[in-house]
Amino acid sequence: MKSVLAVLTVVAAIVAIWYAACAPMNIKGVLTELERGGAQVVPEGAPTRRDMSAIGLVVANSFAIPATWAQERPRLPAPHQVAVELWQTTVMKKITSKRSLIFHGWVTLSATLLGFAIGTGLGVVLAVGIVHSRVMDMSVMPWAIVSQTIPIIALAPMIIVVLYSIGVQGMLPKAIISAYLSFFPVVVGMVKGLRSPDHMQLDLLRTYNASASQGFWKLRLPSSMPYLFASLKIGIAASLVGAIVGELPTGAVSGLGARLLAGSYYGQTVQIWSALFAAGLLAAILVGILGVIERITLKRMGMA
Amino acid sequence: MILVILALILWAFGWWLNVRLAEGPNAGAPLVRLAVPVIFGVTVLLVWELLVRGLNVPMVILPAPSLIATRFVTSLPVLWVDFRQTILKGALSGYIMGCGAALLVAVLIDRSDFLRRGLLPVGNLVAALPIVGTAPILVMWFGFDWQSKAAVVVVSVFFPMLVNAVAGLAQTTAMQRDLMRTYAAGYWQSFFKLRLPAAMPFIFNGLKVSSTLALIGAIVAEFFGSPTVGMGFRISTSVGQLSLDMVWAEIVVAALAGTLFYGLLALIEKGVTFWHPSQRG
Repeated sequence: MKSVLAVLTVVAAIVAIWYAACAPMNIKGVLTELERGGAQVVPEGAPTRRDMSAIGLVVANSFAIPATWAQERPRLPAPHQVAVELWQTTVMKKITSKRSLIFHGWVTLSATLLGFAIGTGLGVVLAVGIVHSRVMDMSVMPWAIVSQTIPIIALAPMIIVVLYSIGVQGMLPKAIISAYLSFFPVVVGMVKGLRSPDHMQLDLLRTYNASASQGFWKLRLPSSMPYLFASLKIGIAASLVGAIVGELPTGAVSGLGARLLAGSYYGQTVQIWSALFAAGLLAAILVGILGVIERITLKRMGMA
Repeated sequence: MILVILALILWAFGWWLNVRLAEGPNAGAPLVRLAVPVIFGVTVLLVWELLVRGLNVPMVILPAPSLIATRFVTSLPVLWVDFRQTILKGALSGYIMGCGAALLVAVLIDRSDFLRRGLLPVGNLVAALPIVGTAPILVMWFGFDWQSKAAVVVVSVFFPMLVNAVAGLAQTTAMQRDLMRTYAAGYWQSFFKLRLPAAMPFIFNGLKVSSTLALIGAIVAEFFGSPTVGMGFRISTSVGQLSLDMVWAEIVVAALAGTLFYGLLALIEKGVTFWHPSQRG
């Protein structure tokens, strides 16, 4: 209860700071518009205001503050503007509409989930290989660790174009980037997890005369679950980033990344912010779902 | 065809060599531990080269490693300028500002239990969000040059760093804090002598995670607009011109920079947290 209150306070503080920041961020544009509309502005003339400090302008023209929260193309849209845009583009629009965020979100989400499934599947398979084969462990594992320090996302534009040139387009290239990004965290986490049973437990299974596969299914796999879920959460967040970035070089047709890019081309700041919040919401929901599955699984296994 | 067969033979030989080394009597020796991944890497490169040549893979799909290496050497000046723009100006300055700010905020909110309870869940949530999406907004605010890239990096490293630093500062046990109190240590004395050193493993973990995020942020932000220099700019324009050897050369630079910086952090960590069980091995 105390934590909820604390979180709410912090969120309220962030919103308050956001509203306060809107005034100096948007004041110059607002004053120019108001002056054109015939209002008295101090000082007069946009060129004289250009080099003045924004906060000074806000103090001198405090009557203009409400207008900074209602601009059409503000530099920083106010929270309620983003909320209204989100509401209008999700609930009020038909899902099939090109302007519906649910449509764009689904495009991104489907690529994310496909990529995440591929990346996780391959990652788990490689991790099992690494744990069972000493050669694989010694040859591949150092490279898997090194690859985590590399900005793999730089490959995204190239993967898209190369796959396009051999005739693959649509969801698959984005999914491949997503898969690639979620692959390495899963490998590293899963190897750690499969190695987590200690000697005592492994020896116990040996005294039971358990075979290698029994040892895997009954000891190693169950005890790797906490590690697997930790890396799945990292992996799905990375997958989403991969799908969004994968949408940038295709010329921006559909998807949340395309909304971001189109918004930045046409100066539609409210659209960028609402796409950004939709992406954030999507990430939070995905991580949240994994968290719930994690809790249920671990509880049924008696680990949490 | 001969080249393809040669590639397969080479693959088999490399693998056989590694099996011999990894399952031989000296498998634990440091030299073998180093040699096995190196042999694996070299084999992959050679097989890649032979397959690309043998199957006549066009350069717009996959350039051979030798082509990439030639391009890397011949365009060193361009790569250096891009490196300076993206890594030194964009990523590094943003990294220092973001991590520094996060550490300061962590120290500030650490004094208040209320703030810590409130900020940690929010920070954890934000750390999982696709922060690179703020790039178009920040490019709009700070212009096309490195300042906007540094801003993206600041935003993307701040929360992971903050969460780690706050968790680290909470690492001391009541027993240790009581001991400091019996010594009559003040807040800052016990902070510098006990709690900051105890937080170091977590702080370095945050620094390591952030180093990758910083590179990603700086490169991806350039996809949304940049001056005609920089690694992200070069990658997106070279992809457009289908000169994939240049793209790969930039990726080599990014990989080298990322790995070296991470290695440097790991070295410093080894020196600073020599007392931690994970370092005593």
